[in-house]
Amino acid sequence: MQEEREFICVTCPVGCSIRAIVDGDQVIEIVGNSCKRGEAFVREEMSNPRRMLTTTVSVDDGILPLVPVHSNQALPKHLVQEAAKLLRSIHLQAPIASHQTVMTNILGTGVDIVTSRAVSRS
Amino acid sequence: MKQYACDVLIIGGGPAGLAAAYQARETGAEKVVVLERNSELGGILTQCIHNGFGVSVFGDDLTGPEYAGRWVEQALATDIETFVKTMVLDIQPGPRVIASNEEQGLIEFEAKALVLAMGCRERPRGALAIPGTRPAGVYTAGMAQRMVNMEGYMPGENFVILGSGDIGMIMARRLTLEGAHVSAMLEVLPYVSGLKRNLVQCIKDFDIPLYLSTTVTRVNGRDRVESVTVSQVDERWRPVAGTERDIPCDTLLLSVGLIPENELSMLAGVEIDPIAGGPFVDECMATSVKGVFAAGNVVHVYDLVDEVTRSALRAGQHAAEFALGTTCPFETSIPIQAGDNVHHVVPQHIHPQALAIQDRKVEFRVRTPIEAAARAEILADDEVIVSKRLRYVRPSEMIILSLGSDEAAVVEKASKLTVRIR
Amino acid sequence: MENREADVVIVGAGVVGSLIASALSRYDLDIVLIDKESDVAEGTTKANTAIVHGGYDAKPGSLKAKLNVAGNAMFDQVCSDLDVEFDRCGTYVVGSTQQDLITLNELLERGQENNVPGLEIISGEEMRLREPGITPAVTGALLARTGGIVDPFNLCIAAAEHAVLNGTRVLLNTRVTGLIKDKNQVTGVTTNKGELRAKWVIVAAGLWADELMASAGIYGFTIKPRKGEYYVLDRRATRYVHNVLFPCPTLVSKGILVTRTIHGNVMLGPNANSVDDKTDLSTTAEGLEEVMSGALKLVPGINRRDIIRTFSGLRASGSTGDFYIESPCHTQGLVVLAGIESPGLTASPAIAQYVISLLAQAGMELNEKKDYIATRQAIPRFSHLSRDEQDELIRQDPRYGNVICRCETVTEGEIVAACHAPIPAQTYDAVKRRTRIGTGRCQGSFDMPLVIDIMARELNMDPLELTKRGDGSHLLNRKTKEVAE
Repeated sequence: MQEEREFICVTCPVGCSIRAIVDGDQVIEIVGNSCKRGEAFVREEMSNPRRMLTTTVSVDDGILPLVPVHSNQALPKHLVQEAAKLLRSIHLQAPIASHQTVMTNILGTGVDIVTSRAVSRS
Repeated sequence: MKQYACDVLIIGGGPAGLAAAYQARETGAEKVVVLERNSELGGILTQCIHNGFGVSVFGDDLTGPEYAGRWVEQALATDIETFVKTMVLDIQPGPRVIASNEEQGLIEFEAKALVLAMGCRERPRGALAIPGTRPAGVYTAGMAQRMVNMEGYMPGENFVILGSGDIGMIMARRLTLEGAHVSAMLEVLPYVSGLKRNLVQCIKDFDIPLYLSTTVTRVNGRDRVESVTVSQVDERWRPVAGTERDIPCDTLLLSVGLIPENELSMLAGVEIDPIAGGPFVDECMATSVKGVFAAGNVVHVYDLVDEVTRSALRAGQHAAEFALGTTCPFETSIPIQAGDNVHHVVPQHIHPQALAIQDRKVEFRVRTPIEAAARAEILADDEVIVSKRLRYVRPSEMIILSLGSDEAAVVEKASKLTVRIR
Repeated sequence: MENREADVVIVGAGVVGSLIASALSRYDLDIVLIDKESDVAEGTTKANTAIVHGGYDAKPGSLKAKLNVAGNAMFDQVCSDLDVEFDRCGTYVVGSTQQDLITLNELLERGQENNVPGLEIISGEEMRLREPGITPAVTGALLARTGGIVDPFNLCIAAAEHAVLNGTRVLLNTRVTGLIKDKNQVTGVTTNKGELRAKWVIVAAGLWADELMASAGIYGFTIKPRKGEYYVLDRRATRYVHNVLFPCPTLVSKGILVTRTIHGNVMLGPNANSVDDKTDLSTTAEGLEEVMSGALKLVPGINRRDIIRTFSGLRASGSTGDFYIESPCHTQGLVVLAGIESPGLTASPAIAQYVISLLAQAGMELNEKKDYIATRQAIPRFSHLSRDEQDELIRQDPRYGNVICRCETVTEGEIVAACHAPIPAQTYDAVKRRTRIGTGRCQGSFDMPLVIDIMARELNMDPLELTKRGDGSHLLNRKTKEVAE
C-alpha cells in the first residue's frame, strides 16, 4: 500500500523537508530534497537509519581534561548511545593529535572514532 | 602603555575574526592583528563539538573544533599576528583600541581599519524575569556546553530546557549521551525555534518530550533548583490559568536567544540597528564609523557558520582596501528595509555602483513561518527586481538573495529597496 | 570552633551586626561575630533599596528618626574609613497631583522636626530639568540633599573585615540556637556547632531576632517579614534615570522607587507584601508586575528590554513600628536589636554607637586598643582605575591583566584578592558581591566556568564542592565521564 511520509534530512545543515511516497520499504517518489544525498538519506532512514556520533574522551595530562571526538561515518542509530557509553571509559594520554584514531571498528560496526582537535600537554 | 601600529586590527579570534584576518592579509594589508580574549583561537566553535559545519564553505561536514581548526591553521600559516588572553577595554576615534593582557599590561593599538568580530552572547534568565526562587542550577545552554565539553563537569543530572534554539537542542542530545536525563524541552512559540535537522537528530531521536506554546512560570527550590512550574501560553505568550504543572528537575537550561555582542561597537560610536541587534552596515560590511567594519554574529545572528565566514571574508577584504586606500569612494547609498513578514535585513543600505563590480548578498530572516510555498522578493521602490520561490520560510533559517549588475541600473534610480515575503 | 570563649558574641553578620563589631573592635575586647549563612551580608543586607535616607519620614521622637539622622551624618566618614562606595547625590520625593504637594509639605515639616538638614521643595518644572524622563504629571518634589546611594553589602563586608583586622573572629555557617543564662546573667550562646561562652551577647539577628528574644525571656515583640520585589536594569537605563526618585508616600508604604544604584545600574522597587516564611525570597509574576507598573508611573519611559535581573528581599518588620534596641533589665550582659527595617541601613553606623553607649551604661569596660587599625582597604577595582594605574597594577600582579568578566570588567586579580581577603569569599555569590563578577548584562553566563576554575585553585577546593551560597547550592553535579550506573 502506498503512503506519504515526511522526512527531514539530517545529512547537512540545510535540513531539507522531504516528502516521499513509499510502498513498504520501497521508495516510489521523492520531492523536496535539494541534492542527491537527500534521496539516499530517505532510503537509508527507511531500512537502516544511521547517525553521526560526536562526543568527548578523557585526556590525562592535557591542557584540557577532554578531547572532542567524532565517528568517521554514521553509525547505526540504535548503537549511538551504546557507543557514547563505551567511549566514556577510555583515557588518552596527551599530547593528542587532530584526527588521531581513538577506537577502530567500534561495536563491530566498521566505524572508527577519531579526535576533532589536538590537545597538547599541560 | 605599549603602543602598536597596524593596518587592519580584528577584535575576536573566532571564525569571523580569523576569516576577516585571512582575507585582509590576502587582499594586501601588510600588518594584520587579531585580538582574542580566550586562551586559544577558534571562538565558540571550540565548544561546539557536534558536526554540520563547513558543508558549503569547504564541501565537508566538519565538527566545530575542526572548522575552527582549519581557519586557525590558515591564519597561523601567514604572518598575521595574534594576541590571545587579550581583552579589549576601549575603542577610541582613530580607531585606537586599548586592550589588556597579563604579559604586556595595557596595549594601545593604532589601526588604519578595524573589524568588529566579537560574536554574540546568550540571553540570560534575568532578561526573561522568570518569577520564583533564585537557586543554583539555572544556566544558559552555552555555559553548560562549555562545562560539559571543555571543563569536564556536568552542571546537573535532571534537566529541563527552556527554549528550542539550536544550542538547547544540541545540549539535550549531549547531556543524554553523557548519562543525564532531559525531562522536557519547552518552547513559548507554537513551533521549534532552531533548525529542523536538530529537532530530528537531537530531540526526536532521543525521545525527549517537547512542549510547544509552553513556558516556565516559576523556578522552585531554595538552594538548588528542585522543580520548575510550567504553563501553556496563549497566542500573546500569556500563561493560561489552570495549565500550570510542576516538572521536577535539578537544572534549568536556557536556550532563549542570542544577542549580537556590541558593547565595544557602541564605544566605537557605531550606530546599531535595534532590530538586527548589530551595526548598520553596507554591502562591504562597513559600519557608520569610517574605517570600522563588522563581521559575523556581531552584525546579526547567523544559523550557519559558513555564512559567518562569508560575511567575514567581505569585511576583511574591504577593511584591507580601506587601510590601503584602494576603496572606490561610492557617494550615495540607498536604504534596504524590511517589508511584509521580514524581521530585519543585512546590509541595511547598499551602494548601487557596487552592484556593477560583483554580486552582493541580501540576508534576512522572516518573522513567522509559512510551511507552504512562498516568494521572497526585493523591490526597488514599487518594482519587483528579484523574486525567488521558496518551498517554505522559517524564522530559524536565514534567507539570502543576490543583487548584481543586472539590477544596478534600477537600484540606482530607486529611493529605497524593500525585502518582503509573499 | 577552637576557642570557645569570648568577651562579646554578636549574633548576626548583617550590616548592623558587622558595624557593631567594627565599632567595638576599637576596644580591648575579644569579639566573635556569628552568622548562620556562608557569608556575611546574606540576609536583609544583601537585598534592599540601598539608599541612605535623609530622615524626613520617620515619626518625630522615634528611635528611627533619631538614628536615621545621626547615621546619615556619619556616612561620609564611615565609608571613607572602610573604603566603601557612597554617593551623597540627594534624593527626590516626586509629587504628581496637587494633593501630593500637601504631602510634600508635611514631609518637609516632619523632616525639619527631625532636624534633617538640606530639605527643599522644588517645582515640577525644576524636577523635569533634573530628570527629563520624569512623569509629565509632576507637580513638585521634595529634595533631600543629604540623601544618597551606597553599596549595602560591601558596607557590611567592609565593616566585618575591619573588625577582623582588629582581632574579631568571624564564624560563618554557624547557627545560634539559644542563649545560655546563669540566673540573670547571660553567659553565652548555643549553636549548631556547640556552645560558646561570652560575657556579653548582642543579638542583631534581623528576621530571626524575635526567636532569640523569646529564648532570652523577652516576650511580646514579633517580627513579620515584609517582602519587597525589585528589578535591576542594565547600565544603559541610566540614560533615562539619573536620580533617586520616590513617589509620594501613601499611608502604607514609601512606594515604588526608581533609582540609580551606586554600581551604575537602575533599580525599580520595592512593593511590600507580608509573608509568613522568613526564608521566602521568591518573586511572583503579580509582584513584579506591581513593581513595573508603579515604576512606570514615575518614569514612563522605562524599557522592559533593559531588565537584567529580578530579586526580592525581606524587611524585618517589628510589631512596635519602631526599632527595638534595648539592654533588658532582667538579663545582664544582653543587648537586643530587633525590627531594624528601613531606615536601618542609614541608621546602622549610629545604631552601632548607640549599642556601645548601652554597653557602657551596663558596665562594659571600654579600653582603647593600642594597636587599633582605624581604616580598612577594599580589594582593587580594576575598572575604576585610570589607564596608568591599571597598567601599573598589571605590572605588579599580572593577574590583573586577565579580564574575566567582560560586562563589568572584572579581572582574575580581583577574584584572587576576594578569595584571600580578611573574610575570604567562599562561594560564587560571595565573590560576586565583592567583585561585581556576573552582575552585568550577561549575568555570568560567560565567566562562570572561569570563576569556578579560579576559585577552586585559590580556595584549594574541588570544583564539585563549590556552591552558589553555601550548603545545598552546589554549582556542579559530577565529572562528565563519571556516570553513576
